[in-house]
Amino acid sequence: MLSRARRRFLRTLAYGATVVGVSLAGFVPVLARWNRRLRPPGALKEDEFLASCIKCGQCVQVCPVEAIRLADIGDGFGVGTPHIDARDQACDFSCDGLQCVLACPTGALTHEIDYPHQADMAVARVARPAGCLAVQGKGFHGQARGPAFEGKLRYNEVDRWNPIPVRDHPYDLELCDLCVRQCPIEIRIAQCEAGKPPSGDRNQCPPQHAIELRPLDDGEGGRRMQPVILDGCVGCGVCEMICPVEPGVIVMDSSESRGV
Amino acid sequence: MSRLIDSVAELFGRDPRRPAPDDITPPAREVHARQRNDRERIENIRIELAHKAKHKPPEKLRRIRWLVLLAVNLLFVLSYRLDIQLLEGALTASRFAGFHMADLNSALQVMLAFKHVLINLLIGTTTVFVLWWLLGGRTFCSWVCPYHLLAEWAEMLHLKLAARRLVKDHPFDRRARTLLWLLFAVLAFATGYTVFETISPTGILSRALIYGPGVALAWVGALLLVEIFYSRRAWCRYACPIGLTYGLVGATSPLRVTYNLESCFHEGECRKVCLVPHVLDTVIKGRARDLNVDIGADCTRCGRCVDTCPTGSLTFRFKGLGDLL
Repeated sequence: MLSRARRRFLRTLAYGATVVGVSLAGFVPVLARWNRRLRPPGALKEDEFLASCIKCGQCVQVCPVEAIRLADIGDGFGVGTPHIDARDQACDFSCDGLQCVLACPTGALTHEIDYPHQADMAVARVARPAGCLAVQGKGFHGQARGPAFEGKLRYNEVDRWNPIPVRDHPYDLELCDLCVRQCPIEIRIAQCEAGKPPSGDRNQCPPQHAIELRPLDDGEGGRRMQPVILDGCVGCGVCEMICPVEPGVIVMDSSESRGV
Repeated sequence: MSRLIDSVAELFGRDPRRPAPDDITPPAREVHARQRNDRERIENIRIELAHKAKHKPPEKLRRIRWLVLLAVNLLFVLSYRLDIQLLEGALTASRFAGFHMADLNSALQVMLAFKHVLINLLIGTTTVFVLWWLLGGRTFCSWVCPYHLLAEWAEMLHLKLAARRLVKDHPFDRRARTLLWLLFAVLAFATGYTVFETISPTGILSRALIYGPGVALAWVGALLLVEIFYSRRAWCRYACPIGLTYGLVGATSPLRVTYNLESCFHEGECRKVCLVPHVLDTVIKGRARDLNVDIGADCTRCGRCVDTCPTGSLTFRFKGLGDLL
């Protein structure tokens, strides 16, 4: 029979070991990279990001399109960290001023960037070109993601300040160019070329294009085009979100830019 | 000074020590001697206790405390849900009317893991440090932490089951908390991840309330089950590093529960309800070193002893500058 003190010692050891063991299990999803997450604008490299994020969700609260969600325990050490599921709701920079970066108390979203084109969230990748309507030479009519889709975008021509549901903004396009048309970088470049930079601030003007449609030479003189990702892409995910075919043609590759 | 050292040592898990006769002031010694021989007084106590058993007074402070705890957490929830932006963020870090606040333990984990401190985090940490130093340190635990409230309910269940002999309390070694605190600090520094935050029930619950529930709540449920069926208040008593961090902050706090020896009947009611009964060692007959004794750093200032004491011998006190010097 064990003495009282000895039993107390052993059960304390068991309890403490369980607590430490469960917390260290958080290593597994991180080391195994189970979940490759698209992080909000300004996010540091993944390891530094996980070290510095205090898991408060202030970035979640300020986002006007509610693009940011917090991870659950399946992300291990990443529990409570913010990420973006671009297909459901991308970051369209409708806040202009990178509100999530300003809200971050620890610098996990680096305060060194001020403008959307300085973000480096990911690089878009045309993953399924065969599904692309433009590649097939097709147009698009109607709600980009159907009537049930809840994602929002800010349409400057509809409401300069408030994002509206994508389903409330149907399109009528001869040739589908939604990924280019809604690209926040391309929209800014167009505004700047028209002499109306966002907030009247020329610093808002992106220096490089992010995406364009290039004609496909099919030898028939047809109108087939394909989307090409350019150096100015910041990986915001709007092209992934807006793509009207299922599954979407474009995906975000966060390992490219953030060195994940 | 030696009392502060004792108080911190007990916070770290050392058992309270019986005072040597020389440690007790002459007036306190006199009261101890008088109380030992006063038969009439002992008879009075017996009558008093019998009366109290029949007319249990409501725990007023506990109700107020629960309201405060719920209000603070609700303010977080409503700030976000109703977009009133008064208290943005979660308990780990937030902004109150624009001012940065950072939970001391979460901030410590981030500083150790990240090894850079942004000015915003420094401001938030300092603000919260001063706030909880003024308010008593572990006051955070009993007046704000959402896990504490669930644990209190779990404790009620545990005590009911224990009264029917269906469960038994299995105490752990209190030094475990200090070891865990050190271990989690080392882990954060060595791995570069905020390891403790992964399982912090305070963080998990706060985020669940504000941003919606998740699977992480299963861990909180497991902790509560241990407390109901195996070991009373196990997490807060023996494990939580957050409690130790705030305990250290509160070690020199002006807000105290103070014990008065002369009016005490030594019934021990206070020790039965206390989360951290070792801080009330001084109320045991013959242990008080002075006529008035401040309760130690591990005290969460929950006020249950204040509510429960039949003789009003335990009271809240905010020490003035004169007392501190």
